[in-house]
Amino acid sequence: MRIALVACVALALSNGPIGTLLLMRRESLEGNVMSHAVMPGAALGYLYAGYSLSALTLGGLLTGLAVAGLAALTARSRPQHQDSRLIAFYLVSLSFGVLVVAARGSQADLMHVLFGTVLAIDVKALTLIASISSVTMLIVAIFYRPLMVESFDPAFLRAVGGGGGAFRAIFIMLVALNLVASFQAFGTLLAIGPILLPAAAARCWTNKVWPMIVLATVIGMLAAFAGLLVSYYANLPSGPAIVVGAGVLYGMSLLAAGRVRLRPKRLEGRQ
Amino acid sequence: MRAGTASLRQSLGTSLSALGDKTQAAFTHSLDSGYDPGASDSHNRQAEGIAVRDLSVCYGERYAFEGCTGEFLPASLTAVIGPNGAGKSSLLKALAGIVRPSAGEVICPALARHRLAYLPQRDELDRGFPVTVAELVALGGWRHFGSVREPPPRVAESVFEALAAVGLVSVPDRQIAELSVGQFQRALFARLLMQDAVVILLDEPFASLDESTTEDLLHFLRRWQGEGRTVIAVLHDLDCVRRHFPSTLLLARSPIAWGDTSLSLSAENLARAQKALVQPEGGRIGRVA
Repeated sequence: MRIALVACVALALSNGPIGTLLLMRRESLEGNVMSHAVMPGAALGYLYAGYSLSALTLGGLLTGLAVAGLAALTARSRPQHQDSRLIAFYLVSLSFGVLVVAARGSQADLMHVLFGTVLAIDVKALTLIASISSVTMLIVAIFYRPLMVESFDPAFLRAVGGGGGAFRAIFIMLVALNLVASFQAFGTLLAIGPILLPAAAARCWTNKVWPMIVLATVIGMLAAFAGLLVSYYANLPSGPAIVVGAGVLYGMSLLAAGRVRLRPKRLEGRQ
Repeated sequence: MRAGTASLRQSLGTSLSALGDKTQAAFTHSLDSGYDPGASDSHNRQAEGIAVRDLSVCYGERYAFEGCTGEFLPASLTAVIGPNGAGKSSLLKALAGIVRPSAGEVICPALARHRLAYLPQRDELDRGFPVTVAELVALGGWRHFGSVREPPPRVAESVFEALAAVGLVSVPDRQIAELSVGQFQRALFARLLMQDAVVILLDEPFASLDESTTEDLLHFLRRWQGEGRTVIAVLHDLDCVRRHFPSTLLLARSPIAWGDTSLSLSAENLARAQKALVQPEGGRIGRVA
């Protein structure tokens, strides 16, 4: 239980910046697609080497990046209908992964791959998650400026010599790494949840980048804490409980920050 | 024995620092090549132009423009004019190195040294991103701080001067999403001022701006030419071009005329440009005009 909490805290620390950036770049759908694309690779790794952490991680990373690359290629050659193409990528990755697991694994394996098992994270997996989290925070801290500029004016970044597509590639790599880390705890269907939902909640409160990142991190930790407690006492799966927790915080943020009114605003005068 | 270890330590130290230097050089080259604080400032800048040879750009099977050969002379002020669909934006993108030409070449030393500034059409920048006016303008000073370094104090002073020059001193902390169209364009011009570029490309800089904003910003183009910079702007207003631009390139999928404005914008050339675009589009049917 303690390991699970530490793992979720580590995830929240790196999901804060990554989720915020994904949201501001309006790439939530691409993030979702990549989270599903991680699964076939992890499933193949599992087929090949059982529950070996390195096989799952490497496999997941490879297919995640491969699908991201494919999506980028098609976006460039035919920019229209990119949204339906992305849905196609994600459905095919997901189904392919399910087939791979179903062919050799059990029902329990399938549940684990789809929804993760936070409580099954051992020290080795925790080390991996913590390393990914540390690397992410380090890179975002050092390269904050070019990552931000690449997000809203990549042509300018290229013109002033900020490294062409290098920072876009670095960002995608970070997203893939964080999805692989999140995949261990939350499975492929929900991996993107702890990344996007806290950031979406944070955006209701502020429109400045740095406070958004800090708030997203804090909300992520709160959701993890609440979700783990509830799942423990109600004997429910932890991953979905944490994501629901994040969702509840998002709903509260929407209401509290005045974006959604419970009652429609009354018009002046009588009707 | 001691002499032995001392020399070992020394050679180790040398090779480590050499490794450190090499790593830093590789890093700077790939991720931070824009950091160039020693680059020449206004007072000793060499004017540079752009030469193009048989330049063509196509998207898939469709040619945006082709067969463009000529030179934008150093310290010239050139307007690029043509009917809609003539390939003007594509030409500018090819000059700025954003789009790869399908044939021909662009010779622009300023581009390789990151001394070329490009102002895209307004909808290509994500205005919804949470950035303040001051931050946007400060980015223009990239040369002085690059990807990872702390900006020196004079960048803040230059930002203030640039904002004053474009008339935006009152709104440095406002989000760019809250600016009006005119204010946002002024902010982009302030960023251009900060960039201190040798070659400046502008794609429809005055689209949907009112008269007074246009006049104010036009003044900058003339000033930049006076400072020895090469300025190329895509425009639609022929009157404005005749009054303010000494050179004009008339483009209608291939160059119709390129040179002195009064000669390029003759009635005959304008008619040819219109006719050129009425021809059917399509791959390699043959040269137009």
